[in-house]
Amino acid sequence: MARLIYELTESFRIAFAQIRANKLRSALTALGVIIGIVAVTLMGTAIRGIDTGFQNSLNMLGDDILYVGKWPWGNVEDWWNYVGRPPIKPEDAEKLNVVFADTPNSLLDLAVPMVGRGTTAKYGDHKISGVMTFGTSADYGRILNADFKEGRLFNDTEAVAGRPVCVIGFDIAEALFPGRSAIGEEIFLNGHPNWVIGVLAKQGSFLGLFNFDNQAIMPIESFRKAFGTRRGSEIRVKVRDKTRLVEAKEELVGAMRRARAQLPGERDNFSINDQGAIKAQLDPIKQGIAMAGLFITGLSLFVGAIGIMNITFVSVKERTKEIGTRKALGARRRTILLQFLIEAVSICLIGGLVGLSLTYFLVLAVGAIFPAFPIEFSISLVFVSVIVSVVVGVASGFAPAWGASRLDPVVALRYE
Amino acid sequence: MSSTIAPATAGRVTRPAGPLVIDIADVSKLYKMGTEIIHALRGVTVEIRRNEYLAIMGPSGSGKSTLMNMLGCLDTPTAGRYEFNGKNVAHMADDELADIRNREIGFVFQTFNLLPRSTALANVELPLIYAGLPASARRERAEQSLTSVGLGERMSHKPNELSGGQRQRVAIARALVNNPSIILADEPTGNLDSKTGVEIMALFEQLYEQGNTIIVVTHEEDIARHARRIVRLRDGLIESDGPAL
Repeated sequence: MARLIYELTESFRIAFAQIRANKLRSALTALGVIIGIVAVTLMGTAIRGIDTGFQNSLNMLGDDILYVGKWPWGNVEDWWNYVGRPPIKPEDAEKLNVVFADTPNSLLDLAVPMVGRGTTAKYGDHKISGVMTFGTSADYGRILNADFKEGRLFNDTEAVAGRPVCVIGFDIAEALFPGRSAIGEEIFLNGHPNWVIGVLAKQGSFLGLFNFDNQAIMPIESFRKAFGTRRGSEIRVKVRDKTRLVEAKEELVGAMRRARAQLPGERDNFSINDQGAIKAQLDPIKQGIAMAGLFITGLSLFVGAIGIMNITFVSVKERTKEIGTRKALGARRRTILLQFLIEAVSICLIGGLVGLSLTYFLVLAVGAIFPAFPIEFSISLVFVSVIVSVVVGVASGFAPAWGASRLDPVVALRYE
Repeated sequence: MSSTIAPATAGRVTRPAGPLVIDIADVSKLYKMGTEIIHALRGVTVEIRRNEYLAIMGPSGSGKSTLMNMLGCLDTPTAGRYEFNGKNVAHMADDELADIRNREIGFVFQTFNLLPRSTALANVELPLIYAGLPASARRERAEQSLTSVGLGERMSHKPNELSGGQRQRVAIARALVNNPSIILADEPTGNLDSKTGVEIMALFEQLYEQGNTIIVVTHEEDIARHARRIVRLRDGLIESDGPAL
């Protein structure tokens, strides 16, 4: 055992002497590993970043909010089973709130109706299109998970009266009122005048698809006056205890059936959705991206490994006589095997650590230049790349090192 | 180039031979070279005792190198008996042979075979690493060994900072460091000028007188004459075996 430790120490000493003596060659070989490790770790950070991005997006939907709609989220194959359902009406939300109040120990807090449509917002010469305009109740304040940059939400009185007031997202305020307050200004949503009473703080976008900062919120009554409610709406239901989401969902199904007076045996004519449904859809995509990304970047690491193998073969060839001498002096096969393995692993480890620090600075740089880009460095990357480097070193150094350990000392000593 | 090395047979000490170290009986060795089979050794019998100073001679192709590899436990015989200090080494596995070489045999090569990037001290320590000695003991013994060959002042020099004679002294120190049963020198003066060669042979003489067992393989009569006994090979057979005159 002691002997093994002395041999290992000696092997490391020789390995680093060897690397120092062949700086250029070692550097070029390590470069292959560096590129491989940078590619793999960058992909790792990107995957983590995407994951975080997804999670953030899902959190925007709210993990304590259930969505009642006509359609289930995600792909529907049997569309004919859904198309005939009655549309969700704002009145359904009022009925639901009555049912909740009626239910002792209800897991459901409140229901908020949401009607929406795409509009164009205008103020003077400034214009912004693709604005998602929602009509909702004053209760919306209780399910909104964003802060106000300035102003406030409309109150119950304004909501019931259908006052033409609205809260706008950050991007709309930026577009229409660059560098000044939007409060008290009159904007036109598809030609209908509305007074801005609040501006939301920046929220970001959902998976880059739906921009939360490009929405306008107004009382449902004024929405109805301006755009009508024929298109149907959605109801958002806040859950009291998000750890009991499944039970809450079951309760909501019952409550909705009661609100709509569905008969026993009749199929639900609505769907309850939550962020879990989207997560279930996103996970395979996420995994697909991860697999494909790691496979492609893994190829570059594989090329690096071939470089290590090649250089170890060269090293064994060059030092055949030294191997003979060592064997003559009493080196066992294991000793020679370890010596060359350690050399290969050392180059890989150096490459891995250089690659890792490159990744670290790249991630910092990317984070500084594109703050929105989902990229994240983590301590687990350090462990992963060290382990990957060692594995690559052992895998690529093994064949040449094995060959070296099996050399006949007589032949090796005679080699010039 | 060795013509200036004077035969020093007169007045020199011959130590009484000790117990049997190497017992080789009827050893033969066959090599396959493509389709041809070469009989490098055709039944060689030789006994070597402790405190002997022996030269193995022969022209190239005589089987001299094969016998040396055999004696050095670098190679095993195709047939015949080989016992080293009473242990049968004829059929040992690679790693067992490596241990025998490490403990029992000190090699001195024609081309010195020092590790180029290691200091003299590190080179001499190498066999002790394989013997499993801790660093402090290694250092102490390597320093002792280097001092005994007159290199006490050059221990931290690398081979390319040493002269040929000094390099060979490092190699001899390395051969001595594990207190081996035999020192096996293969043309030890072959890469040295004659003056340095004389110095190295004087060192061997001194080591012999201190009680080491030395086997020198050479094709030079002048070198062989330093030994007390000369074994001559020809065509894979022992031609003669007797005291050096």
